[in-house]
Amino acid sequence: MSATHATSDEVLIGRIAQGDRLAMQVLYGRHHVRVFRFSLRLVRNESIAEDLISEVFLDVWRQAGKFEGRSAVSTWLLAITRFKALSALRKRKDAELDDEAAAAIEDTSDNPEVSVAKKDTSNALRNCLTALSPEHREIVDLVYYHEKSVEEVAEIVGIPENTVKTRLFYARKKLAELLKAAGIERGWP
Amino acid sequence: MTSASKSATSKQTDREPTEIEALLPFHAAGTLNLRDARRVDEALASDPDLARQYAVIQDEYAETILLNESLGAPSSRAMQKLFAAIDAEPARKGASFNPVMRIAGFFSSLSPRTLAFAGVASALLVLLQAGVIGTVLVKDRKGGNFQTAAFPAQSTSGTFGLLRFTPDAKADEITQLLNTYNASIVSGPKAGMFRVQFGDKALSKEDAAQLMTRLQAEKIVSLVVSAD
Repeated sequence: MSATHATSDEVLIGRIAQGDRLAMQVLYGRHHVRVFRFSLRLVRNESIAEDLISEVFLDVWRQAGKFEGRSAVSTWLLAITRFKALSALRKRKDAELDDEAAAAIEDTSDNPEVSVAKKDTSNALRNCLTALSPEHREIVDLVYYHEKSVEEVAEIVGIPENTVKTRLFYARKKLAELLKAAGIERGWP
Repeated sequence: MTSASKSATSKQTDREPTEIEALLPFHAAGTLNLRDARRVDEALASDPDLARQYAVIQDEYAETILLNESLGAPSSRAMQKLFAAIDAEPARKGASFNPVMRIAGFFSSLSPRTLAFAGVASALLVLLQAGVIGTVLVKDRKGGNFQTAAFPAQSTSGTFGLLRFTPDAKADEITQLLNTYNASIVSGPKAGMFRVQFGDKALSKEDAAQLMTRLQAEKIVSLVVSAD
């Protein structure tokens, strides 16, 4: 996200703190898709992910006055989203979670074996990205899709910066293992 | 041997990443500071194994973006629910700890006389600056035509896609394809993908999907997906 964009976000937060609904609409329009996709990758349920969006932005509405601008607004939003998503996950039973996680992997597209049969490495890679553990998925998404720095990921996830780097390394290692199991050898590392 | 070289030659599976190796994904995403980015670039230039690993990371990066972009967007239900909840919130009392508001608060706390002095001083400073800038501009425009370097403002409406061209695509083929589809490249390449705008109005989900299918069939298109 550009510096100009980040500055505008901060101004919007200032206006939201004063109760400006229009500023809230602009901020929502700017960030709700990324918030939705981040929460959907964590909770794997569209309905819950949609509910989380309104909860996240309602928190922003309530807490805007306390935002100190020490991090980018997008980083703050992702940190709130993560917290809300993990709380939502905790409310569900483990068995239910496992079933839904398995269904989500199968529903998204072909499983890795089928993809290999199609000689489609790209699809297999995407399926394996989906099959990573929640902990690994979130770190991969934050770094690659949300383009967060080491420091920002550390802040969102609440772990030391060195752990961010090693966790991503092991997420990538797991990805290589999943691909290997699907018949795609990319070498590690 | 550099730390990067050590990493690339090591075949142990259960090992910690070296410093440079751990930075590679962040380098691919462009989130490293200048110093670290330079260190990684130097290591990549001198270590072919590390460069191979980086190529794999770039694929992961591109596919993660495509995977997330394929997740679509939420329905309007989420926004309706949010604003219904906001409407139900108690009215604001106006208290705020935001830095911007603190500055506003500081100015409002000054006496009218102080503000008047500050205003006059600011006006004089602005006039002085205008004089200096005007002098410099008149001096620089001797016989030359002033021309802005800015591009026309990008339209935010339209249908967008992430597009990767085949490695052998020629410039005139790309230009022809863009003309055929009334498209323009908005940004990129990022991990080999360009963000492309098609037309100036948003197509329905079905029409956009059809457009992507047609594009995918083009000879010079390696990969294309809808984007918001």
